[in-house]
Amino acid sequence: MIDWNSPRLKVVGLKKFYGERQVINGVDLEVFPGQIVALIGSSGSGKSTLLRCVNQIEDLTDGQIFLDGEEVSAPGVDQDRIRAQIGLVFQSFNLFGHLSILNNITLALRHVKKMDKDKAKSLAMSWLSRIGLGDRGDSYPDKISGGQQQRAAIIRAVAMEPKVLLLDEVTSALDPELVGEVLDLIRELKSGGTTILMATHELSFAREVADWVIFLEQGQIYEQGEAVDFFENPKLPRTIEFLSRMRSR
Amino acid sequence: MDLNNQEISQAEQKRRDYRKQQRKRSVWISLASTLAFAAIVWFGLLATPGWDRVEQSFFNWDVAVEAFPRVIDGLLLNLRVLVAAAILVLFFGLLLAVIGTLKAPVFFPLRVLAKGYVDLFRGLPLIIVLYLVGFGIPGLRLEFLGRIPAEVLGIAALTITYSAYVSEVFRAGIESVHSSQRLAARSLGLSYSQSMRLVVLPQAVRKVVPPLMNDFIALQKDVGLISVLGAIDAVRGAQIEVAKFANFTPYVLAGLLFVLLAIPTIRLADRISARFSSREQQGVSL
Repeated sequence: MIDWNSPRLKVVGLKKFYGERQVINGVDLEVFPGQIVALIGSSGSGKSTLLRCVNQIEDLTDGQIFLDGEEVSAPGVDQDRIRAQIGLVFQSFNLFGHLSILNNITLALRHVKKMDKDKAKSLAMSWLSRIGLGDRGDSYPDKISGGQQQRAAIIRAVAMEPKVLLLDEVTSALDPELVGEVLDLIRELKSGGTTILMATHELSFAREVADWVIFLEQGQIYEQGEAVDFFENPKLPRTIEFLSRMRSR
Repeated sequence: MDLNNQEISQAEQKRRDYRKQQRKRSVWISLASTLAFAAIVWFGLLATPGWDRVEQSFFNWDVAVEAFPRVIDGLLLNLRVLVAAAILVLFFGLLLAVIGTLKAPVFFPLRVLAKGYVDLFRGLPLIIVLYLVGFGIPGLRLEFLGRIPAEVLGIAALTITYSAYVSEVFRAGIESVHSSQRLAARSLGLSYSQSMRLVVLPQAVRKVVPPLMNDFIALQKDVGLISVLGAIDAVRGAQIEVAKFANFTPYVLAGLLFVLLAIPTIRLADRISARFSSREQQGVSL
């Protein structure tokens, strides 16, 4: 049973230092099941680091992370098991260069979820055909376009059926004409009920799909709100400045 | 579409004529310089006062024919040693490289040992390792091992030295796989060892094929050094024939056979390197 009223993902007092430099400066946030939360903010505001800390491929300096009420940042928790439940998609795709698209998707299914080979393959194929890459299963990442690579990378994470999907500026490395196909896939995931926390520069897209928007400034939540309201009535000066700067681009 | 059949402009025709002329000229120049060079070497050698004696004692056809069976027999032993050593070197080299990447504190002593091993045997001349292993291990009088054949000791010594070199090649390969590949693997829930085995190593191994081929070529000629342990390989066989005929031709013969053996490998290595570098120029990440 999905408990719609308690957060799927909860972050409490998250801090991250690189040496003396404080990148995340005490962030609290919640993502409820089926929700899309958008993280916006200028480069260097800590969006990517925040996502990496949630997936715990970066160690936290302080704070706690809860997944469905379980504290996954507690000492002794098997991080590999948790990462398998938190999907992370990177700005630069990071598909495995030595594997075909199909094997990129089946790798974790087989070796983490211990799914048998044929089942993993048919699951991957059904995902690929759903996103129109059914004929690309045997291609290698360097033989397909950036948009196709990023969609495959998203499917690679989604096929693991993560409790929450983290998207780290997934369209920033793409040519403008390829951004649309990736955004379409995220729209489809939203309608399928995937829980998503995404860092993005696509403000109009965030406004369209996100339920909640968080504006990060120097590693802290500066302003946040329900998406449409946030974009139409920003209240604080730096938010207003940031939004107008992004619009005038 | 065949460009040659297309109508070409006068400007292009001029360029083509010029290039053709240049090509013709360079063929003539290289032909002339090759002939001149060959003449200098030929007459330079033949004109030396001792050439007749050198020809007699180094390039004697009859001696070469007589010595051939023993030398080729020895070469077969070299080949067997080469195959065995190459397989062992790949295994231990990879093992050492992987040990070097283990960061967990439990592995601290292993890591230090691996590092020390590599430092030691990269610095130690192969011939000394051969002597130490070849005469040291039998000296331990491990009766249960019986009498260890010289070629086995040779394989051990070659493996010890070459594993150190090859582990450095593998280590460089592992380090050259971009860290984002490991991050992506870990983010999917793969463990450290799974990401190493399934994502990093397959890519690392591909990247190091050209330098590995180089080490293989070096190994191919260094197998001749097992003769110092008394194994009757091509070099030792040649030595026996040299003593028999009081003539150095068998050495030249053995050397020639080693070169003939190496040429296919060298060409293969060149082709592999060329393929790899052309892929990289296309911006393909392997």
